[in-house]
Amino acid sequence: MTTIPAAVPARATVAIRSEDLCRHYRMGDNIIRAVDGVSLEIQSGEFVALLGSSGSGKSSVLNLIAGLDRPTSGSVIVQDRDIAKLSRDELAKYRLHVVGMVFQSFNLISSMTVAENVELPLRFAEIDRSQRQKLAHEALERVGLRTRMDHRPSELSGGEQQRAALARALINRPQLLLADEPTGNLDSHTGTEIMDMVRDFNSDLGMTVLMVTHERALAERYAQRMIFMADGKLLDRQTLRETGSTQ
Amino acid sequence: MKLPDLTELALRNLRESLLRNSLTTVGISVGVASLVAMLSLGIGLQQMASRRLVKSGLFDTIIVTSRREMRGMGREEERNGPAPGQSRVLDEPARQEIEGLPNVAEAYPDIRFASELRFEDKPHLTMISALPESAKSNDAFEGMQGTFFSSDSAPEAILQKSFAEELLGKMPALGAAEPSVAELAKPLLGKELIMHYAQRAASPGPVMPAPSDMKSPDSDLAGAAYSVISREQKLKIVGVSDLDPESMRGPTRAKVFLPLKLAESLHVMLPTDLREITRVASDQPVYSSISVRVKNPSQIQTVEDAVKKMGFSAFSILDASRGLRQFFAVLYAFLGIFGSLALMVASIGIVNTLVMAILERRREIGIMKAIGASDGDVKKLFFAEAGAMGVLGGVVGVALGWAIGQVINVGTNVYLKRQSLPPEHFWAVPWWLVGGAILFAFVVSLVSGLYPAGRAARLDPVQALRYE
Repeated sequence: MTTIPAAVPARATVAIRSEDLCRHYRMGDNIIRAVDGVSLEIQSGEFVALLGSSGSGKSSVLNLIAGLDRPTSGSVIVQDRDIAKLSRDELAKYRLHVVGMVFQSFNLISSMTVAENVELPLRFAEIDRSQRQKLAHEALERVGLRTRMDHRPSELSGGEQQRAALARALINRPQLLLADEPTGNLDSHTGTEIMDMVRDFNSDLGMTVLMVTHERALAERYAQRMIFMADGKLLDRQTLRETGSTQ
Repeated sequence: MKLPDLTELALRNLRESLLRNSLTTVGISVGVASLVAMLSLGIGLQQMASRRLVKSGLFDTIIVTSRREMRGMGREEERNGPAPGQSRVLDEPARQEIEGLPNVAEAYPDIRFASELRFEDKPHLTMISALPESAKSNDAFEGMQGTFFSSDSAPEAILQKSFAEELLGKMPALGAAEPSVAELAKPLLGKELIMHYAQRAASPGPVMPAPSDMKSPDSDLAGAAYSVISREQKLKIVGVSDLDPESMRGPTRAKVFLPLKLAESLHVMLPTDLREITRVASDQPVYSSISVRVKNPSQIQTVEDAVKKMGFSAFSILDASRGLRQFFAVLYAFLGIFGSLALMVASIGIVNTLVMAILERRREIGIMKAIGASDGDVKKLFFAEAGAMGVLGGVVGVALGWAIGQVINVGTNVYLKRQSLPPEHFWAVPWWLVGGAILFAFVVSLVSGLYPAGRAARLDPVQALRYE
């Protein structure tokens, strides 16, 4: 168990803190330790990349921080609240108002237009239609998709779909942007475009960004700090030096 | 999530799997149609029976008699009411008083007497009765040949079929085919009958001084007298009726009917006149009974009680009507259960459709949860989809049930027409059934959506997002 300190000014507040976070799954007689005692701190406004090979547990950590999954033990403190202890309804509100998520496979709803996909979180937040449309237009403008708002996701390129997903993630102005391999399904040029936008959200809107990736080069280019994982645990600097890091 | 958003999303999702959802909705429609068809048949039959009974005058009529008649009184009536000697006379003031009671449409005297009628110089003795103008709507006159009386005081007569047979000497032998009313009416309509009757006329009479030992409250009437005069009245035959408007009167039922005002103006000597000779002065008539027609059969008990309070005997066949209502309540229940069975089968279709939708939309549910949908939002969305299918199926089903009813109604009336029977409307879809059937379909759909909606809401978002 290793805590990696934040490489940000001391005056910054802590956005995410996990303490001895564990997520174990039972498969028959075996217990899979997907996350095994992870303790970390991420400061507000920080852009952190979580790196590791496939099956290292990085997406599991992201899901726990996103409130999509519950830890077997340990805690995840966001905005001074342990989200492991929130009820299902409180977790839904947390995902709605505090977190914005971007996935590798975009996860847009195919039966809805781009604009409808983007404004969907606002429906759950019970925002009036006119206000919803205004905010959706603004978000799509920001990601350069204003002209494609009435198209269905299947009519967009991968990059455009990910931009739409980014617009949806920022529509509620969340404090945390959690990105799970956001460029995994994109070519390098489009991936760079997407990452530029993520960096803009981080710098312009002050969003804290935690990005899961296995591309070290990408992480080095955009993230202020990198955290490495293997076998459900965080790797400390010593271990990193010994193993020569990941990819 | 707000209701309009919920509805919009639900309808959008239903459109996405149009064929499957349409088939499920058709299933609900068939269920609702069968429910509506069954219940509307029951309601229609009840309304038809009710209409027939109201028209027959059986269920909206109370027969009022004076206790002085000393007949037809039950033990309870004997114990509770005044003794026959002290009870009121059923005369014109009493009739007016009864007619003034709330919920009474009319009260008319029962003028009924046996008399000799001559037709083509042959005498025929029969029972004659007077009918009010309102009897025109009695279903006994529905298939009548000729017309109803031209006015309430016209010197006209309507004959019952059996008397027409007697006049024409066409009494059918046992087992032989009866002549039709049309056949009988043809030679009789417009012909003249001469009625011989005994008229009661006031007479000054020799006023005898009452002996001092016979002083009584009625002593003023001592010495009152009537003249009984033999009279003739010409009557024109205007109608011959197949059915008997007085079927409930048993042996005293009449075979010739006169307009009420005409019968009153004749001052026919009635049996009651003899009994009440010591009570009634001059030419004031005394009635053996009065028929009271109420505005609605449901008010018959209230009016009957009020009449009894006045000291008269009253009789109606309300108990039979109660039995009939009970029969229809049971019929409704059975028809409703059979109709609902189809809807229950359709509800399994809803469960199947929604469970399939959960499997297909697992990832979509995961996405919605990841971006902030609560368990309640997901549950409500599936409920809304089930409810929308229910309402849509309900509306289409009601229309389908109504159409089936219309087709059967038309078909049956064609059959009735071929049998020379009057058309009948025995199919009724009241507004409460329209609303109730749609509401029922909605509720059944929501109940059917309980399990799928709960299952969708409980989906683990991480698992759902992994689903391809």
